[in-house]
Amino acid sequence: MSHSSMWDSISGIIRRDLLLAMRRWSDAAMSVFFLVIVVSLFPLGVGPEPAVLRTIAPGVLWVAALLTCLLSLSRVFTPDYLDGVLEQMVLVPQPLSLLVLGKVLAHWVISGLPVVLLSPLLGLQFGLDGEVLGVLVLSLLLGTPTLSMIGAIGAALVLGVRGSGLLVALLVLPLYVPVLIFGAGAVTSSMAGIGGEANLSLLGACLVLSLFLAPWATAAALRIALE
Amino acid sequence: MIWSKYSAPQAFYPLAGRLIPWFAAVAVILMGVGLYIGFFVAPTDFQQGESYRIIFVHVPAAWMSMFLYVVMAIWAGVGMGLNARLSFMMAQAIAPTGAMFTFLALLTGAMWGKPTWGAWWVWDARLTSELILLFQYAGVMLLRTSIDDLRRADRSSAVFALVGVVNVPIIYYSVQWWNTLHQGASVSMATGSKMAATMLMAMLIMTIAFWMYSIAVILARVRCIMIERESLPVWEEKQAVIHEAVEAR
Repeated sequence: MSHSSMWDSISGIIRRDLLLAMRRWSDAAMSVFFLVIVVSLFPLGVGPEPAVLRTIAPGVLWVAALLTCLLSLSRVFTPDYLDGVLEQMVLVPQPLSLLVLGKVLAHWVISGLPVVLLSPLLGLQFGLDGEVLGVLVLSLLLGTPTLSMIGAIGAALVLGVRGSGLLVALLVLPLYVPVLIFGAGAVTSSMAGIGGEANLSLLGACLVLSLFLAPWATAAALRIALE
Repeated sequence: MIWSKYSAPQAFYPLAGRLIPWFAAVAVILMGVGLYIGFFVAPTDFQQGESYRIIFVHVPAAWMSMFLYVVMAIWAGVGMGLNARLSFMMAQAIAPTGAMFTFLALLTGAMWGKPTWGAWWVWDARLTSELILLFQYAGVMLLRTSIDDLRRADRSSAVFALVGVVNVPIIYYSVQWWNTLHQGASVSMATGSKMAATMLMAMLIMTIAFWMYSIAVILARVRCIMIERESLPVWEEKQAVIHEAVEAR
């Protein structure tokens, strides 16, 4: 297959999924409000001390980003599974892993990108500033696509299974641990003045690895689910 | 002898039945020897006193927990590649034993941590990655039980086990860079051991004992799984009953 037709099939899927998301924009809005609410709950629970809030900010923002991604995972494949489109996707001549890549990228644009764009604002609420905010945005920009990639594997595995909402959390959250550690670690080390480059590089490595492996595993899981 | 013959559950069931007592006997003997050396022969540690003796259970359990995860993933991979029923059954049979060793490693780690570190639980790198390993075992088992269709349950949990095996080293190193309080590894292939020879021997004997125990238990469990899935052995027993009845006449 030529490069242009590979890109055509990916971009076609992305365009379709984004169009569907725009027509049902409330889904994406729900993710954003969920993120803002979860993050706002922490100062209420922990107390308004600026020093404490600054210390917990990287962890809180990253865990909130993780949960936001997790809760939107059911939207990656389930609608297409229910109306039979997914079965057609398995049958088309294009490799399924490419189509999966397109769907996951679209999922990231819908649920991950808003988190990245909103994070400076949420960081300000926790008293982060200057360079630290930049590192926060950068870490989320590198990390959230990985979350979508890994999450898609879980979403495909639990497709149509009873109790899939909780099950996908159980499967996916342990796999998110490295991303959480490197992501929050980048922000923390930048706050400590060491600079977040090491952790950001590791986040980039995770992203490349997941871009390479996750669509393939997701496609295998989808084939099993649709058998 | 043609080994591939035993990839059929009908042939493997009696073979497993014959092997179980041997592995179980070796496990019991080695466990007795290992615990005896560990508790009575090995010298008292000059820093940690007697409390260090829990490592004769803790370290082999931790090794087995990781080793069994890899073995489970290998069986899952073989099952996916060759589409062999027995491989999936083996993967299914390994998971609970692996989870048990993971839990045992965490429990003994906590028991060791209390007198040594002064806390039952410390967010130390190896304890934490062991905890995450337990979550992954739980994921494999829960994914399997939530899917009713047997073929899909086999293959889905195999995919998850394989994804997990890629992730285990990443988690291990990420957690290690994140925080480490744990004493550095005392046994390593590269630098040789820093421990007294008797301590090392007790630990290795206990590891082999746990290994043999795992094989015995996994074979017993895989037989149960075969009965559950295929009802072939039931048929075999029925045949034996008929045979006896004919003999008696």
